[in-house]
Amino acid sequence: MSDDAVAADARPSPLNDEHVALGATLVPFAGWSMPLRYRSDIAEHTAVRTAAGLFDLSHMAELVVLGPDAGAFLDHALVGSFSRMAVGKARYTMICVESGAVLDDLIVYRTGDAEYLVVANAANHDPVLAALRDRVGDLDVAVQDRTDTTALVAVQGPRALEILRSTPGLVAEGLVELRYYAALEGTFDVDGEPRPVLIARTGYTGEDGFELFVDAASVGVPLWRALLAAGEPFGLVPAGLAARDSLRLEAGMPLYGHELDLTVTPYAAGLGRVVKLEKTDAHGRPVDFIGRAALDARAHAAPARVLVGLVGESRRAARQGYVVTTRSGAPVGRVTSGAPSPTLGVPIAMAYVTPEVSAEGTALAVDVRGRPEPVHVVALPFYRRP
Amino acid sequence: MSNPTELQYTAEHEWVAAGDPATVGITAHAADALGDVVYLELPEVGATITAGEVCGEIESTKSVSELFAPVDGTVVEVNSAAVDDPSVVNADPYGAGWLLRVAVSGDGGELLTAEQYAALVGE
Repeated sequence: MSDDAVAADARPSPLNDEHVALGATLVPFAGWSMPLRYRSDIAEHTAVRTAAGLFDLSHMAELVVLGPDAGAFLDHALVGSFSRMAVGKARYTMICVESGAVLDDLIVYRTGDAEYLVVANAANHDPVLAALRDRVGDLDVAVQDRTDTTALVAVQGPRALEILRSTPGLVAEGLVELRYYAALEGTFDVDGEPRPVLIARTGYTGEDGFELFVDAASVGVPLWRALLAAGEPFGLVPAGLAARDSLRLEAGMPLYGHELDLTVTPYAAGLGRVVKLEKTDAHGRPVDFIGRAALDARAHAAPARVLVGLVGESRRAARQGYVVTTRSGAPVGRVTSGAPSPTLGVPIAMAYVTPEVSAEGTALAVDVRGRPEPVHVVALPFYRRP
Repeated sequence: MSNPTELQYTAEHEWVAAGDPATVGITAHAADALGDVVYLELPEVGATITAGEVCGEIESTKSVSELFAPVDGTVVEVNSAAVDDPSVVNADPYGAGWLLRVAVSGDGGELLTAEQYAALVGE
């Protein structure tokens, strides 16, 4: 056995006391101290697949874009199209640099005519905030950082809707009809006072579920407790980062620092659909955006490497950084994420490989600490909810 | 977490119960750090192991760790129940979750007391 040193000086979540009381194992994550697991990461993973899990995601960056030019600004700053997105909708998107490489992947919610919420990865809080502010130019828009004042909790799993509907004090008209990648304004009663809750039908687990954005100081803890209590009869358990990672891997969802970074374009990651090269503004005029020229060139070029799913044929799991080879040992790529899949019972991995070996069914191998383990290429995701 | 005082420990988080043969496992601290163990790769019966050298792997959903031999010797038994159901390593690391029985030869490596090990892991 050997273990890594643990960094100190991590910021506590606004729900930290709840995690401590629940016996969580807390770990430093992107500058925060967050729950890795409460008891068993496999039990937490399985609960999300079969019932529900409650996640604290307060480490995520919440950046609010406000002003008459907010839509035009996001059209210019990000790869997607936002000025023509309806209020109440959400979109998965990316912020790229001029070279077309990915600075971060984001979810953008349109919360008003002139207001959007941009949710970025905790590890990219500083570069994304800096890039957004840098891209404002002459536009009439402000970028506000609300990370410190926002608590974000997620209820994920097939019982999520029933749990939210059973949570005392949570009022959310239209919740049942709320579409995936849409959000509504609800309220949650704290000491008899209705407080605002932004409820989004989004998630990172491959299951149905909701993400709830609330004021950290006044609403975070009472909402967490109410969801935990209301969810218990449905099988909801608090779930940590370990389960979140294995769930998103099974769902084939990229994680910044693994599948995405400043060396890849959205096209290489198989996410070219988020790049709107031909987007137009509210008046139908073409919009240029940061990274467009490079991405336009990449869109029509054969990629040097592509992201694939790998399923292991033995027990030893491929892990991030391991080399992918042909069955005869020639290197063809590198693993970005890998783990034994709790749902499928076999090792799974995502990897960048050369296009020639990327077809479904291709027999490959991964060098797992000096020994080749057989794998084959599969279509992503590994798991799709029934 | 309390580490049994009758055991000896390594800095790499193995424990050894002296005897003939000696029994080897991983500590509760190590099992907790790994998370749910899903796969054990252990040396075969008859294999010679050398103190301080890697002799197996312990894999969880989240990570994988190498198992370092805490003593010199020959493996005389592996815990096949734990290989079949590795969750026992988390549930009972000092009991049913033992990994190897080893016929010890020579002096082996330097081992820690429970107190020294607790100080090492900051308990």
